[in-house]
Amino acid sequence: MNEWVLVIATIVGCYLLKLAGYLIPARVLERSHVRRVVELLPVALLAALVVVEAIGAGRRIELDGARLAGFGVGAVAVWRRAPFLVVVVAAAVVAAVVRAVYG
Amino acid sequence: MSNAATRSGVVRDSLGVGIAVGAYGFAFGASSVAAGLTVAQSSLLSLLAFTGGTQFAVVGVVAGGGGMAAALASGLLLGARNTLYAMRLSPLLRVRGVRRLLAALGTIDESTAMAVAQPSPPLARVAFWWTFGGVFVFWNLTTLLGALVGSLVDPATIGLDAVVPAAFLALLAPRLRAGVTEVRVAVAGAVIAAALIPFTPPGVPVLTACAALLLAGRVRAS
Repeated sequence: MNEWVLVIATIVGCYLLKLAGYLIPARVLERSHVRRVVELLPVALLAALVVVEAIGAGRRIELDGARLAGFGVGAVAVWRRAPFLVVVVAAAVVAAVVRAVYG
Repeated sequence: MSNAATRSGVVRDSLGVGIAVGAYGFAFGASSVAAGLTVAQSSLLSLLAFTGGTQFAVVGVVAGGGGMAAALASGLLLGARNTLYAMRLSPLLRVRGVRRLLAALGTIDESTAMAVAQPSPPLARVAFWWTFGGVFVFWNLTTLLGALVGSLVDPATIGLDAVVPAAFLALLAPRLRAGVTEVRVAVAGAVIAAALIPFTPPGVPVLTACAALLLAGRVRAS
């Protein structure tokens, strides 16, 4: 894969998606069906990404103890409505410590 | 509280968001070089794509050995939420010309959340521009730092592989609190993606979860 093509296509695509929102008339959103799909799409996408990043390793399912421990602590922090910084740091520290001790 | 005090409070909160996002930028930079992108490519994504979730989605597919189409499609699908944010921000910011082009770049989760939380349009504009500025500075500095460190150290050693799913969960959580349908969609998306990991190339499980949602929505609407 040519990474430069991917990087440039991602940049151009992301920017145009943002700009489009300033150019599309607001009434498009008033169609409730469109609005619902647009609201729910990130939910399906983010949930899928959580799972793939937590247990996926390419085409394998990999239950890595350190990664899951860090993710688990991060998840508890999210549930307790901790600030984003706390979630990120807690997940990293727990995963790193578990890996250093048991890895 | 006086107007000036309110305004400076908004500025302070906005910069605070920028600092918090910085840790996430470090994780992105390190993950990105671990996936095989160069330091320059990682930094360019943070400077110009400037949308964290999308950037993680793209390098996640690359790291798994997935193809370009799957990587780009995952990234752009996640980036499509910024279109919705821009539509909400447009009447608040009322920007034209060059300022509109700049506002488009800054239209992300954090700047939108901070802007729409304000009680008046002038404060919304202060919150948008200061959050955009704060996140932009910290996100890019920490991406560069993470990419440089990631070229020297395996990101797994410092636990960054656990950060990525936890950060996606943090982005998902407020949406789950919005209603029962959101929870159902999330569970369905997660189950579909998990089931497909062993059978499809990287990136496809995530895209299939989205396609299933669109299909279910179409069936219900008709």
